[in-house]
Amino acid sequence: MNYIQPFLMLASILFCLGLYAVITRKNAVAILMGIELILNSANINFITFNRFGAYRTLDGHVFTIFVIVLAAAEAAVALAIIINLFKNIGTVDVDQAKEMKG
Amino acid sequence: MNNIQSLQYFLPELLITITALFVIVFDLISQKKSNNLLVSVALFCIAWLLYQLPSNGGEIFNGMLINDKFSLYFKWIIFISTGAVILVSKYSNELDKEYKAEFDALLLFVLLGMFLMTNSIDLLMIYLSIELVSIPSYVLAGMLKNDKKSNEASLKYVIFGSFASGLMLFGLSWLYGISGSTNIYEIYKTIQLIDNPYMIYMSLMLILIGFGYKISMAPLHYWTPDVYEGSPTIVTAFFSAAPKAAGFAILIRTFFILFTSTNSLTVDALPLEGIDWFLIVAVLSAATMTIGNLLALKQDNVKRMLAYSTISHVGFMLMAFSTASIDAIVGITFYLTLYMFMNLSAFFMVIHVENNFKVKEVNQWGGIGYKTPILAAFMVLSLVSLAGLPPTSGFVGKVYLFRTLFATEKFYWLGIVGILNSVISLYYYFKIVKSMYFDESVIEKEENKPMLLYFFILLFSAQNIIFYFYWQPLYNYITKLFS
Repeated sequence: MNYIQPFLMLASILFCLGLYAVITRKNAVAILMGIELILNSANINFITFNRFGAYRTLDGHVFTIFVIVLAAAEAAVALAIIINLFKNIGTVDVDQAKEMKG
Repeated sequence: MNNIQSLQYFLPELLITITALFVIVFDLISQKKSNNLLVSVALFCIAWLLYQLPSNGGEIFNGMLINDKFSLYFKWIIFISTGAVILVSKYSNELDKEYKAEFDALLLFVLLGMFLMTNSIDLLMIYLSIELVSIPSYVLAGMLKNDKKSNEASLKYVIFGSFASGLMLFGLSWLYGISGSTNIYEIYKTIQLIDNPYMIYMSLMLILIGFGYKISMAPLHYWTPDVYEGSPTIVTAFFSAAPKAAGFAILIRTFFILFTSTNSLTVDALPLEGIDWFLIVAVLSAATMTIGNLLALKQDNVKRMLAYSTISHVGFMLMAFSTASIDAIVGITFYLTLYMFMNLSAFFMVIHVENNFKVKEVNQWGGIGYKTPILAAFMVLSLVSLAGLPPTSGFVGKVYLFRTLFATEKFYWLGIVGILNSVISLYYYFKIVKSMYFDESVIEKEENKPMLLYFFILLFSAQNIIFYFYWQPLYNYITKLFS
């Protein structure tokens, strides 16, 4: 049971790294990678709790599979949007997307 | 209830899925023909199935969803507003006719997601339904592929949305960890026994971020003005109404069942021991309405101004939510119903003006009051209602929101902030009215008169007057949902 702590710490570190990437990065693709890190940290949490929590069901595993599928869908849509933006303004720098302000 | 038995409570959702898939296939087979008839018939059938739907199913699909009066009512208002948007969308000049089928299909998928949002009682379904609403919404915001503003809107939406739902997912994972279950009724039983409030606080805040982004609550409102301005106007009209209702439905259900010690939607909620989220919501609601109203003052773009007005209305509803009494959620449901329709009528008028007169700024609306006198009069009615003045239903709704706040005697300061904000909001709504009637006319004559758009503008505006005089039946009906 003591093994649960390193996994939760790993998840927390991944979460903080993802948060850091989303806040500091200017490149839209890098922000997307940060978001993926956040999703994966939640996945590690689910698996860890399911494995070490002595729960009878496999809810955590199932949840993780759904999250992986959704992350793929989200990444597909986000990349399509970023490619479209690149076609129109020639960059994926989010600071350059500043048509609208106020 | 097992899966096969549950299907009888799931018929509208099934028909929506089938229609959405069929619309795409139909577009592939017959490339020229319009699918208006198909979609109209499907919408009629969905309405009929909703009418037939019983509301006493309880937990269905092995505790994944719940079928009750609360969700059925929210499904109705979501369905009416989304159906109106789908029907009106053929008059939108902005959308490429080639992508009309995709547009309809995406809207139907969002409708399915919103239906699921109203009756999710499982963490997995909460996350899935929010994503099912979000992902097609990102695409809808970017429907104008060659328009820079639309690209930017969808980029900001996708980054902000997936970030917020990622944070929410992390909160859900902790909730699962401390309780060992994903059903919110099961989780509720466990978290009563936990004496460390910080873990629950953390997951509560992260979940509030996820829901708050959906309803554009204060620190998470940044996407709203940009997405509303950049998206095609028909999509903006949709975003401002139905997803807000779905967001409030899931917020009310999750918070009232999970994070209160009363665990029910039918009694006044009491906080869990050591966790006072009411104060957090009160502070956030004050911030939401103040930011919404103050920033709306300096906007020139009509859509952007209405986006900030949406934020301020969300603030008013959160104000009532912070008292967590049963009157408050009745008041929110009542106000949400009225707000959706007055806001849709205002947005449909914006669509009509953009189609005919090609203007986007408030000060270009000069002379519209004389060019289309009937529609302009109804627009004034909707704006008065949004501002919350008598004789309109917006006034009645706002009175109920303030009444619940003062009746619980908790946050008097919040009531004062709310009243000040109501006064501020008069200025920017009447800026549009002033422009329509008193500014110099620069626009051409009205070219085409789409009957269906007229019909919906008149219908949704007429409710402003009707529910000012006969609000009691609707209010009583909503009260019965929570008993």
